[in-house]
Amino acid sequence: MRAFLGLLARNRLALAGLIVMALVVFFALITPLLPLPDPDVTNTSNRFVPPFSEGALLGTDHLGRDLLSRLMWGTRLSLAVGFAAALIAATIGAAIGIIAGYYGGRTDNIIMRGVDMLMAFPYILLALAIVAALGPGLLNALIAVAAVNIPFFARNIRGITVGIANKEFVDAARLSGMSDARIILTEILPNVIPVIVIAMSTTVGWMILETAGLSFLGLGSQPPQADLGSMLGEARSALITNPHTSIVPGMMILVIVMAINLLGDGVRDALDPRLKSGALNRPLPATLVARDRKPVEPKREGILTLTDLETQFRVKDRVYRAVGGVTLGVRPGECLGIIGESGSGKSVTALSVMGLVASPPGIVTGGSVHLEGEDLIGAPYRRLRTLRGRKVAYIFQDPLATLHPLYRIGDQLIEAISAHRAISGAEGRAKAIELLEAVRIPNAASRIDNYPHELSGGMRQRVGIAMALANDPEVIIADEPTTALDVTVQAQILSLLDDLRRERGLAIVFITHDFGVVGQLCDRVAVMYAGRIVEEGPTRDILDTPRHPYTARLMACVPELGGGRRRLEAIPGLPPAVNDLPPGCAFAERCTRVQPDCRKGDIALEPSGARAVRCLHPVPEQEAAE
Amino acid sequence: MTAALRLEDLSKTFPLGRRLFGPERPGVRAVHPISLEVAPGETLGIVGESGCGKSTLARMLVGLLEPTTGTIEIEGAALDNADPAVFGKRIQYVFQDPISSLNPRKTIRQIMDAPLKLLHGMDRAARAKRISEIFDMVSLREDFLDRYPHEFSGGQAQRIGIARALAAEARILILDEPVSALDVSVQAQVLNLLAELKAELGLTYLFISHDLAVVEAVSDRIAVLYFGSLVELGRAEDVFRAPRHPYTKLLADSAPVVGRPLTAPEARETELPDPLNPPTGCAFRARCPYATERCAKEVPRLETGGAGQAAACFHPLNGG
Repeated sequence: MRAFLGLLARNRLALAGLIVMALVVFFALITPLLPLPDPDVTNTSNRFVPPFSEGALLGTDHLGRDLLSRLMWGTRLSLAVGFAAALIAATIGAAIGIIAGYYGGRTDNIIMRGVDMLMAFPYILLALAIVAALGPGLLNALIAVAAVNIPFFARNIRGITVGIANKEFVDAARLSGMSDARIILTEILPNVIPVIVIAMSTTVGWMILETAGLSFLGLGSQPPQADLGSMLGEARSALITNPHTSIVPGMMILVIVMAINLLGDGVRDALDPRLKSGALNRPLPATLVARDRKPVEPKREGILTLTDLETQFRVKDRVYRAVGGVTLGVRPGECLGIIGESGSGKSVTALSVMGLVASPPGIVTGGSVHLEGEDLIGAPYRRLRTLRGRKVAYIFQDPLATLHPLYRIGDQLIEAISAHRAISGAEGRAKAIELLEAVRIPNAASRIDNYPHELSGGMRQRVGIAMALANDPEVIIADEPTTALDVTVQAQILSLLDDLRRERGLAIVFITHDFGVVGQLCDRVAVMYAGRIVEEGPTRDILDTPRHPYTARLMACVPELGGGRRRLEAIPGLPPAVNDLPPGCAFAERCTRVQPDCRKGDIALEPSGARAVRCLHPVPEQEAAE
Repeated sequence: MTAALRLEDLSKTFPLGRRLFGPERPGVRAVHPISLEVAPGETLGIVGESGCGKSTLARMLVGLLEPTTGTIEIEGAALDNADPAVFGKRIQYVFQDPISSLNPRKTIRQIMDAPLKLLHGMDRAARAKRISEIFDMVSLREDFLDRYPHEFSGGQAQRIGIARALAAEARILILDEPVSALDVSVQAQVLNLLAELKAELGLTYLFISHDLAVVEAVSDRIAVLYFGSLVELGRAEDVFRAPRHPYTKLLADSAPVVGRPLTAPEARETELPDPLNPPTGCAFRARCPYATERCAKEVPRLETGGAGQAAACFHPLNGG
């Protein structure tokens, strides 16, 4: 709740709305206690007194009634009716929506077609019809306004409920023996309430307006009782001669509806989980750089080298050291594997290369990335743009998320090419077909006009690879490209990548969590843990004789096909959070070889021959070979 | 000995909805009739690629989906009641995504209370005692009970999911990809926990996964599903070492193994069968190097071969 108020207060307009609304509600509540003249007592000798006169601060109306008093009482009534209508519409609408969404099928069909029929009438006509049937009066106007708004809530809530009713926790509740009614009340409703509150906060203003509209037409509050709409209606005839009688209630309606809408938008922004996670904060086109040290010269050979690269995420007062000093190099025609668990920083390392880490909150705080000798960290955005896709291309895990669903794959390929060089339509098409053939897509000439959803997962990932190849890049960074694929398809994609790098001399950085994949595809491998490389070297050496205890333990806990039924050597505990790294070795807490000196100071990545290991007490070679 | 779980011709067809005009469309057959027996205390692994019907099968077994044909028998007694609460006490389910299987707005205690209260009618004191017993078994700390699901890592959340399944005191657990959302180091912890619980409580597992190595490491027997049909069934140590069905061989050859050279076991790009327009005969024949005319005409039946390893194939491999 405090977090919610904090978020709300960050939005200045919403805060202003809240303050204005609080004042209006406060005065509406204390109206009976104020020394105001009776709002309904007429005094025709005192008609149309202008505002700021003696005894009538806002003047009087055509019957000589005190406008301030009528305004206060009228606001009180309008607010009460508006809120009551919103509450009724929300309760009934949500109930209908939840039932339709939860049961689905025929129930859903019948209910929602009924709701559709209600929506087919213009709302004011429907409200008029309801009032005409029930007779004029404030209570009937309230019923009409509530009824007219039920479909809005029902449709909204139904949509949300359908999503929740198919969640696994609802299945789990069913298996725990819950009845449908109990599931609706205890599992679905708590997850729907924020949506109901959002929908209400954005419609209360609208309902106050609708009630005022009905009163204006004489169908709502009946004379002499004042509400904002009827005040406006009575003042209409004197609009030109005595405008103050219209302006006073008109301004009040404006203020109330503006305040409620501003507040409602603020409530929605503060409650909506998508907005809370910052989905509306558009990240900058390139990752921010805040290097306090001088850029370092490359320590490794290769077309792409990373030197002491550090990337952090700064969220409020916490600093997550996602990448804590990574040094790597990849040569043309070489495949470098980066292996690690989730949260080890392997993806952030890859994204930092081309400044693709979302900023805010991501910041590159140190080190350098050299591509053919040019430092990319801190390079201007225009320079990065010419290199992205042209020199360094990415392949991501989920091709369905990276391909645009509404464009044909051919057009997306041509767009990838034309981003870097001018190309005619026919030429682009020919090149796109050539690319699809290069990734072994059968019938490339006809497949080019398919949309992404018409292709299987393996085919889509081939298109993703074709797009990466579009501009003959020198380096391809593949971030778990086969994790979402079935094994038979994975085998095809891996052998395709292997062929491509041999044919084209591509340097590939291959990020994965699978030792089997690394063992088959990569020449060298770097093992990452808690944002740093703990071991690096030729794949065969590392897999045969892992020296770092983490590498050894990680390999031992992955079952391998053909090993038969067995107990796995699990690693106890969890990796440390990267915003609270221990001094010394990050793995010390889970390590069986730990000594007191492991926890003291920083441990260097100690090279020996072609390999390097960041450990004071590495696994002895004889033991590792077993 | 009565089987812990017996399926007889269990199948599921999803209707496609009526057309406005013309004849009714045939449904999509997600699971072709399957007959299986699982012995008490056994772990049966079920492997297959996405879309092979393994999750549909699992959801039918716990009553979340109603089978189109066939019967389910648990410990000799038929289950024809579609009420999940009746299923709940006899067979339980552990979900793939541990976080989304826990209601984000309930504390762990509320989640654990539900099966104890609703399936076993325990009072507050009995529930608290039982929860602490269960938490002890799955090595979770009791101070987790008053927290909300988002405060837990994937591995912890999956332990909570397992704890909830244990609370129902069912003897059979359906484990639907229980470790595929977890990191490898945590995956091993959960797999070991499952093995310990099974030994301690005499549970029977149906372990569904797409990861051949994981299935092989935990199962007694393995069933291979392809396109909704059971194509091979045999002892875990034999199925991938000496496959009889060509599809099982393709799976085993595709799995990445350290030290095995990288070759695509299927050189040409093959199209997977379309569920809306299923092929005649054997569903695998378009990808199969041994396919003959007979495979296009008849659907092969599951037949037991030499070493007790059954395969649904007219031209089974010799194995070994």
